[in-house]
Amino acid sequence: MNVTDLLMVWSDSPGVSFAIWLALLVLVMYLARMPAHQLIRSVSGTLHGALRLAARSLRKMEERLSARNKEVILSNGRDAAERAIEREFHRVNAVVSRDLAAYPAIHREIKEAIERIEADYQKASDVPPLPPAWLDAVDTISKVAKGGDSTVARILENIAETLEDAHRETLKAWQDSSRERHGLLKAMQPQWRQLQQSVGQAQGAVAGLDARTQSIDAHMQHYEEIRRGEDHAARMLTSSSLTQFFISGLVLVIAILGGVINFQLIALPMSEMVGGTSQLGPLRTADVAAMVIIMVEVAMGLFLLESLRITRLFPVIGSMDDAMRKRMIVITFSILFILASIEASLAYMRDLLAMDREAIAQSLAGSGVVEAQFRWIPSIGQMVMGFILPFTLAFVAIPLESFIHSSRTVMGIALSGLLRSIAFGLRLLGNLGYQAGKVLVSLYDLVIMLPLRIEQMANGLGRRREPSLHEDHEDELPVDVLPTRPATK
Amino acid sequence: MKNLILISVVMSVLLLTGCNEQEQRPKSRAVYMLLDTSGTYTEELAKAQKIINYLLMSLNSGDSIAVARIDSGSFSEKDIIAKVTFDSRPSTVNEQKRAFKRKMDAFIETARGSAHTDISGGILQAGEYLTETGADERYALIFSDLEEDLEKGQVRDFLIPLVDIKVIALNVTKLRSDNVDPRDYLHRLEAWEQRVQQGGGSWKVVNDLERLDSLLKL
Repeated sequence: MNVTDLLMVWSDSPGVSFAIWLALLVLVMYLARMPAHQLIRSVSGTLHGALRLAARSLRKMEERLSARNKEVILSNGRDAAERAIEREFHRVNAVVSRDLAAYPAIHREIKEAIERIEADYQKASDVPPLPPAWLDAVDTISKVAKGGDSTVARILENIAETLEDAHRETLKAWQDSSRERHGLLKAMQPQWRQLQQSVGQAQGAVAGLDARTQSIDAHMQHYEEIRRGEDHAARMLTSSSLTQFFISGLVLVIAILGGVINFQLIALPMSEMVGGTSQLGPLRTADVAAMVIIMVEVAMGLFLLESLRITRLFPVIGSMDDAMRKRMIVITFSILFILASIEASLAYMRDLLAMDREAIAQSLAGSGVVEAQFRWIPSIGQMVMGFILPFTLAFVAIPLESFIHSSRTVMGIALSGLLRSIAFGLRLLGNLGYQAGKVLVSLYDLVIMLPLRIEQMANGLGRRREPSLHEDHEDELPVDVLPTRPATK
Repeated sequence: MKNLILISVVMSVLLLTGCNEQEQRPKSRAVYMLLDTSGTYTEELAKAQKIINYLLMSLNSGDSIAVARIDSGSFSEKDIIAKVTFDSRPSTVNEQKRAFKRKMDAFIETARGSAHTDISGGILQAGEYLTETGADERYALIFSDLEEDLEKGQVRDFLIPLVDIKVIALNVTKLRSDNVDPRDYLHRLEAWEQRVQQGGGSWKVVNDLERLDSLLKL
C-alpha cells in the first residue's frame, strides 16, 4: 500500500478522503493538545536555557581573556616605558658626562675672562693727563698788551711759545692715553667672545638636560598610568600594538620577498656545490641548502641584534656580561660577513651559469652566440645584491620582535571578539528557539481552532472567551527559561 | 628558542613557496628518439635536428637522452648514435649538451639510407633503454613515416613492453600510396597506436613541428 492508497482509504473522492484525514488529524491534535504543548515548551525552554548557559560561559571566558589581554598589554607597555625611561636616563648621563663634566673648567674660564675684562676696564677708565696748572697764568700774561717795549714783547712771545709747546705736549699725552685705552678695549673683544661662547656652551648643556627631563616627565607620567592599570593607558597600548602589528607585518612581508630574491640568487649555483638532482624528501637538496644559508643569515642577524641589545628575544644573550657580548658581536658579524661574501660569489657564479646557458640555447636555436654589451653591469649588480641582502635580512629581527609581541595582543583581541560573537550568536539562537516554541504553540492551537471553539462554547457558562494558551502557559515556564529583557538604563 | 623555531618554520614555508613550480618538482625524464634513415626519409633529418636541439634545451640535470637510427635491424645498441645522462652540475650539463649536439650534427651530415625499416626493433630497444634509466617520465619519440619494412626472416609480431612509456610519433609523412587511398595512412597510425597501447604505453602523433613546446607534456 502506497501513500496514495492510504490517502484514498476513506473514499474514492480525494476531497472527501482528505477532509476525513484532516478531521482525524485535528481530533488527534486536540486530544494530544496538553502533552504536545508541554513537549514544545519543554524543548524550546531546554534549548533556550542550554544556549544561554553556553553564552554565559563564553562571556565569562571572554572576560577572563580580556583581563588577561589587558595584563599582557600593560605588562608590555610597562616594559616599553621602563626601557624608554632607562634610555632617557642614559641620554641624560651622556649629556652630563659629555657637557656638564667640563662645567668646572668652563666656570673657571668664565671667571678668569670676567677678571681680565674687569682689569682691562679699570685700565681703560684712567683719566688722561691734564695740562700743568700754571699754564692758565701764563696764558693770561701772554694775552696782555705788549705796548711799545720790545723787551716785554719778547718776554710775552716767549711765554706764548712756551704755552703752545705745553699745549702740544698735553695734546700728545692725551692722544697717547686715548690710543692706549682703545687698545685695551680692543683687547677685551676676544675675551667677550670667549665669555659668550663659554656661557653658550653651558646654556646648551642645560637646555639639553631640560629637554631630556621633560621627556622623562612624560614617560614617567605614562608609566604611572600603566602602573595604575588605567583603561586609557590600556586603550592607547592596544592601539599602539595594532599599529605595530600591521607595520611590522608589512616589513616582514618585504623581508620575506627579499629572502625569496636572495633564494633565487643562490639556488642555481648551489646545484654546482651539492648537485642538482639529489633530493631531501620532496625538495631539491640545492634548494634546501640555499634556504639553510638564508636561515643561518637570519639567525646570525638575530643574534647580532640581540648582542647589540637592540632586540630582546633571547634573555640569555641580553643578560651576558659586556665582554662576552662583544665577543658574540664579533663572531656573529664575522659569520654574517663570510656568508655575505659566499653569497656574492654564488651570485657571480649564477651569472656565469646563466651566460653559459644562454650561449648554449643560442647555439641550439641555430643562431650565432651574441656577446651582449654591458654584460658586466648585471654581473656586478647581482654580486652587490648577494652581498647586501644578508645584512638586510639581518635587520629582520627588529620587525620580528615587534610582530611577535604585538601578535599576542592582536590574537588576544581577535579571540576575545570571536568569543563575544559566538556568545551573542548563542544567546540569539536561544531566544529565537524560545520564541519559536511560542509560535509553534500558537500554530498548534490555530490548527485545532474548531474543536477548541466548540469546547469553549460547551464550557461557556462562566467564560466568554478562552484565554490564549500562549498567555496561560507563560507563567508556567520555569524562571530560568524565560528570556531576560535588557535592563533599562 | 620557541621564537626561533617559529621563525624558521614560517621562513622555510614562505621561501619554498617562492620557488617556481619546476624547481619544486624535479622529476627526472628520459627521452629515446628513433630516426628513420630508410629511403628518402633521410631528407627529413634536418627537421629531426631541430627536434633534438629542442630536447637538449628542455632537458636538465639528471635527465637522459638517446638518439638511435632505424635501419634494417634496429634492435641493437650499435644503432644508438649518441646517449647521455646529464650530470648534476649545471656547468657540466652545458658541456654535455654541446658534445651531444656535435655528435648529432656529424651524424646528420653523413647519414645514409638503409635498405629496410625495422621500427619495431627500434621501439623495443627504446623500451629497454627507458626502463633502465628509471626516470620518472619516459618518452619514446619516433621520427618516421611508420611504414615498416622488415628484412626477410625477422620476427617482430609480438607484444612490445612499453609500460609507463609515452610514445610520440613525429613528422609522420604521407606516402605516395597514402595519397591514392588515405585509409592506408589512417590504418597505419591506428595499428601502431593499438600496438603501443597493448604494450602498456600511451600514444600521440605530432606532425606540426612548430608546436614542439607540448612535446614533453603528454
